[in-house]
Amino acid sequence: MTDYLLLLVWAVFVNNVVMVQILGLCPFMGVSKKLESSIGMGAATAFVLTLACGASYLIDKYLLGPELSYLQTLSFIVVIAGIVQLTEMLLKKTFPPLYQALGIYLPLITTNCAVLGIPLLNVTRNHNFAQSLLFGFGGAVGFSMVLILFAGIRERMEGSDVPGIFKGSSIAMVTAGLMSLSFMGFSGLIKL
Amino acid sequence: MLNALFVMAVLAIVLGAILGFAAIKFHVEGNPLVEQINAILPQTQCGQCSFPGCKPYATAIAAGEADINRCPPGGDEGIHKLADFLGVEYKPFGGETNAPKPKGYAFIDENTCIGCTLCIQACPVDAIAGAAKQMHTIITAECTGCELCLAPCPVDCISMVTIEEKTTNWKWKYPLDVMKATA
Repeated sequence: MTDYLLLLVWAVFVNNVVMVQILGLCPFMGVSKKLESSIGMGAATAFVLTLACGASYLIDKYLLGPELSYLQTLSFIVVIAGIVQLTEMLLKKTFPPLYQALGIYLPLITTNCAVLGIPLLNVTRNHNFAQSLLFGFGGAVGFSMVLILFAGIRERMEGSDVPGIFKGSSIAMVTAGLMSLSFMGFSGLIKL
Repeated sequence: MLNALFVMAVLAIVLGAILGFAAIKFHVEGNPLVEQINAILPQTQCGQCSFPGCKPYATAIAAGEADINRCPPGGDEGIHKLADFLGVEYKPFGGETNAPKPKGYAFIDENTCIGCTLCIQACPVDAIAGAAKQMHTIITAECTGCELCLAPCPVDCISMVTIEEKTTNWKWKYPLDVMKATA
């Protein structure tokens, strides 16, 4: 039990997808302009990522096995694309405003490297099914948390007096770098 | 090699089946009529029809909540097309709608102008030059003909001048996308 809890904390803070592994920067920069859409994006990514981790574990274990492991990347991409499509349909049906707000970034989850990276990490770290799901969920929570924090900062930055050259994306990049630095403070928290 | 092909094929078939099933199960009823009406509208998103854009106006037409004669950028031709498409009678612009106006620019009668600067504040494109208690004038090349300066003028010294179509300023009309409108 403690192991699983530690894995979750490790995935959210110590080995944060965006801030430590520097994965999934596209939605991190793209959807962080508004707090609302960043929450939606975080939720959608969390859903996709957790499902993708479960599905990719099953595929790797029962369909590919050790001799076909070179198909991992390919088959994971296919599965993730399928799950994203499914999420898109679900959202369109159940939550049209969020579907409108996410726009192009929803299909872009397909090419979100965090969503591919975590299933691949699961395989290299030899996680079992529960660990895979938990690691995926933890990664997604970490991603959402950082995305929402960053969106909050960016909303505040809109009103602040930023020097001309730094306006817009450049100050966002600087901020992301500083946030990443602060996440290094977690690095000694847990050794896994 | 064959194994790999087989595995990928199975994966593709299973995913395809799930997605196909989901597409039927979670199908969202779109209104094809709205799309077709939207294709006829000029997509200027100007809001002159009192709706926030072309799509909402198309939705309202499809729902029978709005008349077809409320789109000035579409012009007479647009109304004819909508009437043909919907099988209703052609209606001229009128009532609450603002018919398309001929292109023009504002002109300040400089003898009447009292230099109150109210029109300068109203101008969205800064096409009016002048200062307090000084005569104002319109920079014709900058004027978009939006008429926003007419209302605030306390002495009614601003009038609209129509630009006549001459060989020097004639332009090709925008092409009408026939395929899109009838699709």
